[in-house]
Amino acid sequence: MSENILEVQGIHTFIGQFHILEGVTVAVPKGSITVLLGRNGAGKTTTLKSILGLTPPKEGKIMFEGQSLAGKRPYTIAQLGIGFVPEHRAIFRDLTVEENLKIAERKPGDLKKRADFIFEIFPDLQRLYKLAGGKLSGGQQQMLAIARALVPDNRLLLIDEPSEGLAPVIIEGLMNAIRRLSAQSTVLLVEQNFRMASHLADRYVIIDDGVSVRSGNMADLVGDTETIQRYLGAA
Amino acid sequence: MTGIFAREQRGSLVAVVMILAGLLTFSFITTGNAGDFSITLLSGLLRGMLLFLVASGLSIVFGLMDVLNFAQGGYFMIGAYVGYELHHAPGLIAAIPDGNLRFLFAVLVATVLGAFLGVILERFLLRPLYSRPIFQLVTTFGVSIIFVEVVRYIWGVSPRSWSIDFGFNEGVFRLFGQQFSVYRIFVIAVGFVLIFTIALLLQRTRIGIIIRAGVQDSQMVEALGINVRLVFTGVFTLGCAVASLGGVVAAPFLGASTGLATEFLLGAIAAVVLGGLGSYEGTAVAAIMVGLTQAVIAKFTTQYLNQPVWESLSPMVLLAAVLLLRPSGLFGRE
Repeated sequence: MSENILEVQGIHTFIGQFHILEGVTVAVPKGSITVLLGRNGAGKTTTLKSILGLTPPKEGKIMFEGQSLAGKRPYTIAQLGIGFVPEHRAIFRDLTVEENLKIAERKPGDLKKRADFIFEIFPDLQRLYKLAGGKLSGGQQQMLAIARALVPDNRLLLIDEPSEGLAPVIIEGLMNAIRRLSAQSTVLLVEQNFRMASHLADRYVIIDDGVSVRSGNMADLVGDTETIQRYLGAA
Repeated sequence: MTGIFAREQRGSLVAVVMILAGLLTFSFITTGNAGDFSITLLSGLLRGMLLFLVASGLSIVFGLMDVLNFAQGGYFMIGAYVGYELHHAPGLIAAIPDGNLRFLFAVLVATVLGAFLGVILERFLLRPLYSRPIFQLVTTFGVSIIFVEVVRYIWGVSPRSWSIDFGFNEGVFRLFGQQFSVYRIFVIAVGFVLIFTIALLLQRTRIGIIIRAGVQDSQMVEALGINVRLVFTGVFTLGCAVASLGGVVAAPFLGASTGLATEFLLGAIAAVVLGGLGSYEGTAVAAIMVGLTQAVIAKFTTQYLNQPVWESLSPMVLLAAVLLLRPSGLFGRE
């Protein structure tokens, strides 16, 4: 197996007084697409936020490229080379597409350098460049949210529920886009849509009630209907 | 924060034009002559610009940090006292005999002091309370009281009137037979320059993009690798410096008194809410509207009713009237 770019070891995270993660372990091999699966409220989004330091864990270890993320503020964690595409996209509605991309630059000229790659994956964004983010459709906003994470040289992308609320035809395009961008960055994906997850991911981790309960190669999970039924409620 | 008057805000712009047209028509009819009307208009603009200098920081800081800084009026008051003191101190009069230069020095020192006190408040008192908005509110309220008490301790309870003029403050011009100070026109011009400079900063620079994005979702800005706390400190400091600058440029005609803190804070809060919370452009327009309303009502009540209390009540009456029709303010989001 290839070297892991990210290792999450037994993290416990609280939001207020609620103990949300009660021991989550995730290993993300470099160059892979790894998906976090689980029912609503299982702790998938909190796991991504814990990695980024938005809800820092109280216990456990998170290592990115061999470096501990403990005690680091979210902006310093992001600067290490981690891009975040949150649930509900978090597009800046009053900023244009161009400004939404430009704000993600970590060095002057980042956008210019990456523009060809971004517009090759999401050609629509070039046409919408001067339009406010709030004017875009749900699918276009999702593309913009992912494109924003591609502006700096991020080696790991945390993508939360990209297919949420999108039409099947848009999801198809999005899957192609994620597959293409994974050639340059490792992807840790949270996805409820099992069909999409199974087509995209190389590896999976199932989180149930704040605990990681299964992990392995996606190809093995696809045939394991008992596990799918038990933890995901889908066949 | 909204972009400069987007298409969906055209309705709000029409409402602003209608309110202003109504206000000015009322003023023109009740003053009865072009001279009084022009002076009322200029006084309203002057008042509006001073309110803007307090309200701009209040608006941006609230939009970005969700902090309603009750101490903002205190910075205006401190600017006025420091400006007064530096211009009238015998030692400084001897060191800088030229009144214009001494006033310029007072402006610089008061603005820098405002910025310094802003950093202290944000860095040491507000930052530890970011997750507790109510505590922040109480803290800024407490700081505003401390500012007033410190000023009383240093300068006493009696207001200070500007008694040593400087060349720039002495010039007057005549408009339809009425006199108006050149210096006051200069203050109006400074207000307009600041409105457009801050708007350009917000619209055309990277830090402006970050501030506008932060107003919408500061957590996402941080997740992009931007040190949002540093941006908070910078914006808070700038807001306090601008309020302090307002106080020092107003001191030659308003003097220095502890009442300035509350008076300008209330007017500024009215402007921020009227313009729409978090909307910089809305705040600028609303500050001018509030200033004009105060001037028109002051002129009318003095001339006909001999009841000057309506001048200070008028911003709140205007605010209540607009909020009844549009609860999110003129340029705010539903």
